[in-house]
Amino acid sequence: MQKASIIVKDVTKKYGNSTALNGLSLEVEHAEIFGLIGPDGAGKTSLFRILTSLLVPDSGMASLEGFDVVKDYREIRKIVGYMPGRFSLYFDLTVQENLEFFATIFGTSIQQNYDLIKDIYSQIEPFKNRKAGKLSGGMKQKLALSCAMIHKPQVLILDEPTTGVDAVSRKEFWEMLKALKKEGITILVSTPYMDEAILCDRVALIQKGRILSIEEPQKIIVQYAHDLYSICTDNMFDLLEDLRNFSKSNSAFRFGDTIHLSVKSGFEKAELVHYLEGKNHEQIEIGKIDPEIEDCFMELMTDENKI
Amino acid sequence: MKTKFNNSIIKVEDLVKKFGNFTANDHLTFEVKEGEIFGFLGANGAGKTTAIKILCGLSVPTSGKVEVAGYDVYRQTNQIKRNIGYMSQKFSLYENLTIKENIRFFAGIYGMSRKDIRIRLEELLDRLKIENLKNELIASLPLGWKQKLAFSVAIFHKPKIVFLDEPTGGVDPITRRQFWDMIYEAANNGITVFVTTHYMDEAEYCNRVSIMVDGRIEALDRPQELKKTYHVDSMNEVFLKLARVKN
Repeated sequence: MQKASIIVKDVTKKYGNSTALNGLSLEVEHAEIFGLIGPDGAGKTSLFRILTSLLVPDSGMASLEGFDVVKDYREIRKIVGYMPGRFSLYFDLTVQENLEFFATIFGTSIQQNYDLIKDIYSQIEPFKNRKAGKLSGGMKQKLALSCAMIHKPQVLILDEPTTGVDAVSRKEFWEMLKALKKEGITILVSTPYMDEAILCDRVALIQKGRILSIEEPQKIIVQYAHDLYSICTDNMFDLLEDLRNFSKSNSAFRFGDTIHLSVKSGFEKAELVHYLEGKNHEQIEIGKIDPEIEDCFMELMTDENKI
Repeated sequence: MKTKFNNSIIKVEDLVKKFGNFTANDHLTFEVKEGEIFGFLGANGAGKTTAIKILCGLSVPTSGKVEVAGYDVYRQTNQIKRNIGYMSQKFSLYENLTIKENIRFFAGIYGMSRKDIRIRLEELLDRLKIENLKNELIASLPLGWKQKLAFSVAIFHKPKIVFLDEPTGGVDPITRRQFWDMIYEAANNGITVFVTTHYMDEAEYCNRVSIMVDGRIEALDRPQELKKTYHVDSMNEVFLKLARVKN
């Protein structure tokens, strides 16, 4: 059997006293879209920097397409395309100049690999003489992806490529990723958007430098352990607090125009209606629903916000 | 929560802003009511930031009439700045100052007295339960906490309006919701909230939303009404229907 495209084994990275990666292991298959989900500070960027040979792990090993990220860093840089979280292009160069610059560095040219980036780049090509700093968010992302792709990498590592990008551009961006997957490119991507997590072949939840679980998105949903209800009333502001104080409540979170309530065993709808009426809620609507992936991740994530 | 919003705290009439030949804001007309949570949506490059800069008194319109908190954006920008709060994903707090220093710095800029600063600082640290962290550098905090603190700082001087430019960008789902709990609380205390976001579930949390496309406001209504108008179930679908990115 062919070895996995990305292999990470027991990787640990510390900065002084703080541990960014704590014995992390994972494998990503060839031409897989693999999503990495986790709160800020979970270690995603550290992992990406190690995989792109920009950072050396304290211990453990990692490889891309059989090349060791420390020993074979020259090879790694040839086969990996990296889109860092912060916009990484040259703002005072034009769209075309940026792309030419990255192509030249990798000893190639725009013409040589034009086919690969055509779908993406053609969308921003009408603005090829505009300075990168003057592009809108969605266009910047398309240019950054083009630059990360121009040397025809086998592995693409994308650190929150769609943060700050509008819903329409995000949709287009993911269509591009799917097209790249068809070209046989392995894609490792982090995202704070749960609707993107569901588009991955597999997703890993990372927290405090460790992987909590790796699954196909649909499996994560199936594994959700509680009954879930969608609730709205005439007073949505007080409803959240009231639901959190309900005796059979596990958790309550806003979801668009309703609140999702996960309940403990022994829950009775009538009891909740009675409770809410006692709190002066009117127009009470309670419906049992299937969890979305966002429900699942919030359940899996322990509260990161306690410091 | 208040169900009716009567007084307009932001009035925009025929606002035009051009940069050379490019029209960033193309005859915008809308009002924001006192105490409401107003979602200002649009694709990247639709002209949101340009409009926000004008509303904050940082940029002058090419033409049109704009009033914020009762002040004119051409002549009374200092009064506007005193009456608003602002935070964005890009700039929030000074990383190399502590929590306490940041608060004192911003409160000082807004001309608050030392006594008021001290009292409200105690209140804030107590409410957020971060008394023990007040001397920590902002740089050492997780993003979610930075954003929550930045919001607290933006409303520390009790402004009439707070402008939030993608306050939850890149933040995990739980922290995003905690952030919105804070927004609701501020609105409940009478602060008008003007917010942009790319998370369409957050659009549903707003009392009203506008959707900008290519410099114009294409739709403006309560989320429920917009969903009815466009015969869809979510704001995400409304947005995808309207916000064609023409680049």
